[in-house]
Amino acid sequence: MENKNNIRFIQGNEACVEGAIYAGLDFFAGYPITPSTEIAEHLSARLPQKGGKFIQMEDEIASMGAVIGASLTGKKSMTATSGPGFSLKQEALGYACMAEIPCVIANVQRGGPSTGNPTHVSQGDVNQARWGTHGDHSIIALTASNHQDIFKITVEAFNMAETYRSPVIILLDEAVGHMREKLTIPEPGDIQVVERLRTSVRKGIDYHPYLPREDDRLPMSDFGGEHRYNVTGLFHDMWGFPNNNPKVVSELLRHLVDKIENNVNDINMYKEYWLDDAEYILVSYGSSARSAIHMAKNRRSRGVRIGVLELQTLWPFPTEMVREKCAGAKATIVVEMNMGQIVTQVKNAVDNPNNVFLANRIDGQLISPTDIKTVLRMIQGKGV
Amino acid sequence: MTNKPFDFKDYIRTRFFPHIWCPGCGHGIVLGSLLRAIHELGLDKSDIVMTSGIGCSSRISGYVDFHSLHTIHGRALSFATGVKLSKPNLKAIVPMGDGDALAIGGNHFIHAARRNIDITAIVMNNRIYGMTGGQFSPLSGSGKKATTAPYNTIDRNFDVAELAKSAGATFVARSTVFHANECKNLIKKAISHKGFSVMEILTQCPTYYGRKNKEGDAVQMMEGYKTNTAKLGSKKLEKNPDLIKRGIFVERTDIPEYCEAYDKIIETAMKGKA
Amino acid sequence: MDRLRLVFSGSGGQGVITAAIILAKAAAIFENKNAIQSQSYGAAARGGATRSDIIIDDAEIFFPKVIQPNILVSLTQESYSTFAPIIRPGGLLLVDSKYVTIEKKVDAKHIALPMYNTVMEKIGKPIVFNICMLGALVGISQLIRPESIMKVLETTIPKDFMDMNKKALDLGMKMGEKNRY
Repeated sequence: MENKNNIRFIQGNEACVEGAIYAGLDFFAGYPITPSTEIAEHLSARLPQKGGKFIQMEDEIASMGAVIGASLTGKKSMTATSGPGFSLKQEALGYACMAEIPCVIANVQRGGPSTGNPTHVSQGDVNQARWGTHGDHSIIALTASNHQDIFKITVEAFNMAETYRSPVIILLDEAVGHMREKLTIPEPGDIQVVERLRTSVRKGIDYHPYLPREDDRLPMSDFGGEHRYNVTGLFHDMWGFPNNNPKVVSELLRHLVDKIENNVNDINMYKEYWLDDAEYILVSYGSSARSAIHMAKNRRSRGVRIGVLELQTLWPFPTEMVREKCAGAKATIVVEMNMGQIVTQVKNAVDNPNNVFLANRIDGQLISPTDIKTVLRMIQGKGV
Repeated sequence: MTNKPFDFKDYIRTRFFPHIWCPGCGHGIVLGSLLRAIHELGLDKSDIVMTSGIGCSSRISGYVDFHSLHTIHGRALSFATGVKLSKPNLKAIVPMGDGDALAIGGNHFIHAARRNIDITAIVMNNRIYGMTGGQFSPLSGSGKKATTAPYNTIDRNFDVAELAKSAGATFVARSTVFHANECKNLIKKAISHKGFSVMEILTQCPTYYGRKNKEGDAVQMMEGYKTNTAKLGSKKLEKNPDLIKRGIFVERTDIPEYCEAYDKIIETAMKGKA
Repeated sequence: MDRLRLVFSGSGGQGVITAAIILAKAAAIFENKNAIQSQSYGAAARGGATRSDIIIDDAEIFFPKVIQPNILVSLTQESYSTFAPIIRPGGLLLVDSKYVTIEKKVDAKHIALPMYNTVMEKIGKPIVFNICMLGALVGISQLIRPESIMKVLETTIPKDFMDMNKKALDLGMKMGEKNRY
């Protein structure tokens, strides 16, 4: 008999909230924006119940700033937003990259650019998640297509934020964020929760906040704790003090990129359906993947050898994995709700980019299995 | 209070000196007053978080041996809000330049005041963007020269004290770097105040503002602070009410401090009352 | 079971979305089914034609939207006119007889019940109109056990309102059972 107390029938945005609480979220700062607002609403009730803090800030920028400040005191921190707000947060997000502050940003995507299509689904912020802030950097972005997975990737987002000392972006979308389905909350311990790596350097001994260990990790010290150090968005030395010495600059930038790009395999999360003998592979993510799986299941029952590769880690892009999985396919169809943001990555990954096609929808409606079927038929030469 | 004599070396990171400020800049005097105030208050260095934005003034946070957070332009108060709300036992001090605090950061300034969160905002007002080379700021005022106002400014200036007061700050004071001792005493009051405190300090930028506006060198500019300002309640001010006022404009304790108010929310939430 | 695809439609304030959530939640939590509820947001949620989709199945549900509903409920003329054409051939159309006049019939069983008037007459509170509609739907189609709906209500509404909701559900069931589908 399942314990009904652990079963919820909720929106995807609430699944994100449950995942964050499970991961040990202590602090949320945000600003209302459709379609992410339910995350803030639920956390305003949930966080103080466990002694955590919720603050509605004056704008999106301030929310991102507050999250970074809170993280420095040792608290697991997050914010949630959507397109326009995500744009506003980008400068501070870059600060978190540069100063290596663990934090989580949920972006429940809606149609853009600008105010766009606030109440309708889109996956148009995939490239913004990668390159929204200025300058070279690397970033982690995760996504999911159902509530159980939203819960899981949210926990993993916090884990990765701590492991890699990086902002981690959760890219949800309006469809999966707003729809309701079942979520079974895992028992404590079912999913590993990574806590912050804190320095073992004792009081009175010099603590170098930005001197990577042999494994490239940087143990932290909470603000308000024994070690007093400087944090800056300028290029900085091992003390965290501004420094524009060319060697310091290049080493730091390489470190910021390498610490993530060198761990693509550990960061990569994905699911696969019927890939073993697949002649046609649908590569998809987020709510689009639901339609892809629906369509593939349906075609399978009619004898078509088709499978789905559902990406959960979008950045760093799992180039090698995608190349391997798609190597034997006659055609790879990328299913997404934008003008082709991941299809570019897939084309770049595979041996024969001419066999990669895009099945997309950009009108604010969830791409349907029929939409994908139409593209498949065109590729098969069967017409519409 | 502490009986130990003040030694600035106890409070700075000597490794990071010399500082970046120009000869004659008033910011060093602000730093001196601030460190003396902290010394006299007997605060533990590990209990202080100094958060700053971008600009000449913002570099102050790196020089002091506290927890220091040098953030992005205009947003220091929002970062500090996150620090303070998650660790309310810390003393949060936010030094800002006039452009940092009131142009790009103006929204955060008024909202921090509205919340009455226990942060001390120190506005180091030199009426110019110094680090970028002398552009006018929202505190320059009209009829001034700047590199972006070759024909004089037409922008009016904020009155920081009035703005802070209207936005709900519960402690508001003003002094100048000429009045270093008075300045120190007011900073002490600002830091000790429970709630959002604003301390405006007039500090000279002889390099840009002074030169552009023919206000002379550092010494002449400091003379100006002596001549053109007057203490609240003084005879000097009574005779000449147009002088820039110094002293405490607001000091009230009847408004709940934000972190304490939030603790009550936690209490309610934990009891399961919505 | 066969996949059940429902569309509840009406206007903002009639509790159409709430009813959809209650039904889907009852199926998902108390009948161990897979269920998905989604709804249109934006202007439609504030006075225009409101629509909420529900899919219930033993099998896993991927695509969450309803394209052709087996069951369409329309509580306003506007929503009836908008959505009647999408009903699956051989499906069921349930409307409230006060608000909806059936025009051109589609290939579906048409049932018009005086749900609103009955609620107003017997209970006097329009707030439980949607629960009466759920009762009628359950009475007609047996798609879910009424106890499961009551269990959801117990966890979501204050005790003082339970009697009124139970009564509304029963009124609807009685009307529905006379029109078994």
